[in-house]
Amino acid sequence: MSPTGKTLLEVDRLAVEFRTRSGTVRALEDVSLALAEGETVGLVGESGSGKSVLSFAAMGIQDPAARITAGSLRFAGQDLLAGKGAAMKALRGREMAMIFQNPRVALNPIRPVGKQIEDVLARHTDLHPAARRARAVECLAEVRIPDPERRYAAYPFELSGGMCQRVMIAIALACKPRLLIADEPTTGLDVTTQAAIMRLISELSAERRMATLLITHDLGLAREYCDRIAVMHAGHIVEVGPTAGLFAAPRHPYTERLIAATPVGANSLDELAAIDGNLPDLRRDDLPACRFAERCPQRAAVCDAPLALLPAEGSHRVACHLPRKVAHSLERKHVASA
Amino acid sequence: MSHLLEVIGLKRWFGVKKGGETRQLHAVDGIDFHIAPGETVGLVGESGCGKSTLVRLLTRTLDPSDGQVRFRNHDLGLIRAREMALHAQRKDIQMVFQDPTDSLNPRYTARQTIAESVRLLCGLRGAEAAARVEEVADWVGLPQALLDRYPHQLSGGQKARVGIARAIVSRPALLVLDEPTAALDVSVQTVILQLLDRLKRELDMSFLFVSHDLNVVRLLCDRVLVMYLGQVVESGPTDAVFHAPAHPYTRALIASLPGGLAGGQATAADLLVGGDPQSPIDPDPNRCRLLGRCPRGLAPCGETGPVLRDLGEGRQVACLYPAVVQHHVRQ
Ligand SMILES: Nc1ncnc2c1ncn2[C@@H]1O[C@H](COP(=O)(O)OP(=O)(O)OP(=O)(O)O)[C@@H](O)[C@H]1O
Ligand SMILES: Nc1ncnc2c1ncn2[C@@H]1O[C@H](COP(=O)(O)OP(=O)(O)OP(=O)(O)O)[C@@H](O)[C@H]1O
Ligand code: SF4
Ligand SMILES: [Mg+2]
Ligand SMILES: [Mg+2]
Repeated sequence: MSPTGKTLLEVDRLAVEFRTRSGTVRALEDVSLALAEGETVGLVGESGSGKSVLSFAAMGIQDPAARITAGSLRFAGQDLLAGKGAAMKALRGREMAMIFQNPRVALNPIRPVGKQIEDVLARHTDLHPAARRARAVECLAEVRIPDPERRYAAYPFELSGGMCQRVMIAIALACKPRLLIADEPTTGLDVTTQAAIMRLISELSAERRMATLLITHDLGLAREYCDRIAVMHAGHIVEVGPTAGLFAAPRHPYTERLIAATPVGANSLDELAAIDGNLPDLRRDDLPACRFAERCPQRAAVCDAPLALLPAEGSHRVACHLPRKVAHSLERKHVASA
Repeated sequence: MSHLLEVIGLKRWFGVKKGGETRQLHAVDGIDFHIAPGETVGLVGESGCGKSTLVRLLTRTLDPSDGQVRFRNHDLGLIRAREMALHAQRKDIQMVFQDPTDSLNPRYTARQTIAESVRLLCGLRGAEAAARVEEVADWVGLPQALLDRYPHQLSGGQKARVGIARAIVSRPALLVLDEPTAALDVSVQTVILQLLDRLKRELDMSFLFVSHDLNVVRLLCDRVLVMYLGQVVESGPTDAVFHAPAHPYTRALIASLPGGLAGGQATAADLLVGGDPQSPIDPDPNRCRLLGRCPRGLAPCGETGPVLRDLGEGRQVACLYPAVVQHHVRQ
């Protein structure tokens, strides 16, 4: 854990909207999050809550229908939104890398995977062309692709889903980025391979002080590898704090229910409780201040008042008018015990 | 007992070039198993061991090199590929693909994608079809507000739910799911798992459920098949296999579960030893494929390829030195 590091990525009060034929989707609202050098922050939360949209915004990859309507994004002190297109692109290409959620689509289908790694090495390192091939094979071995010499020449369609994912990871890490955004990097990998990949990422954060934003639905994984956790729901960050404290005593009712829905340790499907209701329609003009309110069992009149992330304890912050008191939190027997 | 699905000696090899000569990658290498009506079978195994290839063979999106897939006693291999999609038997087998982004038509909204299945598979039209689309979207926890979105306007988990909805509209007898819940948050995952469980109990649907999430397999599946490099190395009732795994690979898999398994017999001593996996290209038939990583392996494992044999109580294992099975007593 290294909260003492210099801040590398700073997201401040960011809002992102999508224009669609049937209205404006308010995908992110008032999102603030900072990552320090060498730090791994887990971004967890509901499917559709805006985790990928946030990463795309940081990487400057945007759907033509998307607009950043408020807030700022800074990397190592530089304003990512103000700079000129080309300069920002170069900065992002050099210092930031992203592992995408859908690996097969992100790879070039008509180029052997080893060559795709070499392309990255050519752009990001001063390796001699002759040394690049050997390094590319090494990169494949590092992400545990068996028989890397031969897989070097394989096309994406010749690889399994998990292998494509590992190639994506190899490409992202080959750039030696200062910031890695990993969107579900290990879903679809068996536990052993998953552990190897996470160890590789941890080593890089320790050695090179790489900062990592780890987006995952696997709370056990987040708990094991992250210094801090941010929880998203419907375009808001609803809770953020050091990992141990957040899992031991979640303050936001959404976080609490998310943790209770984890299947680790449950004895039957009936024991698992899905969270009532759905993600609210993000096109609505009358979205409540707390976007969880309509699903929240403890909603009260005060919940309609404006809301912000406020300190709960130390650096643990929560956006809820009626946060759980530590002593009252439900017993969480299903939590993955790392 | 009559099986719904029966797989006999199924193989799929891929030709790969190595130094000018073509050699064979044994992706699926002689697999036998069956699924009974109303049964949920889990399929687990290392990334690249052949799970998706097997799934594609079952749904005939890929032709086998050898062996048979029989569905309700019909040899699916006899149906011409062109007729497959709409063939009466095939309609009763539906599939949820591993990568939802890859498998959805980018020009169709979620509603159009699901409606197409309703039309083709249920023969419904007009208001009836429209109502069915919304009903199924509800089942999978897909908010109605998202139905008119295109795939690029949906998140990973939202697309995954469209893929599942499309596959269950006709209530197929057999649903094959390749990593269906990996992209879902645990709450939506719970909705889907409880839905599958309900479909099984109420409609006697059968599932082949491919997943890396052993906790999900443990909760959902009646039986489990464990694959390693193209072959089934262990199979049996889920509870028994999880509590007292017999094959060294299964033991390693369960021992590496974060947080462990309460009351399970696999421990840290069962983890795989270092060493790279063997190559799936022209593997030596007289050698166990786990040798080199196996903590129990001995010299004979390099001379005799183990084959699946019965252990009793519906369990099978392919290993010369399996762990002694202490039969697990169900509470
Ligand atoms: N181009 C777009 N047009 C309209 N809405 C969009 C578009 N892209 C994303 N959205 C919406 O924005 C919200 C956030 O999407 P995002 O992909 O960030 O979710 P996520 O948190 O990554 O979810 P998952 O865990 O399922 O991947 C979703 O509700 C999605 O439907
Ligand atoms: N078209 C192809 N040509 C050559 N090899 C292939 C082809 N398709 C699959 N393979 C190989 O077959 C093996 C099994 O792949 P498969 O996709 O079935 O694995 P999987 O068990 O589904 O893995 P994952 O868990 O990573 O999805 C792999 O070694 C893969 O590289
Ligand atoms: S046959 Fe030998 S090498 Fe193979 S799994 Fe059994 S003990 Fe290990
Ligand atoms: Mg996403
Ligand atoms: Mg696969």
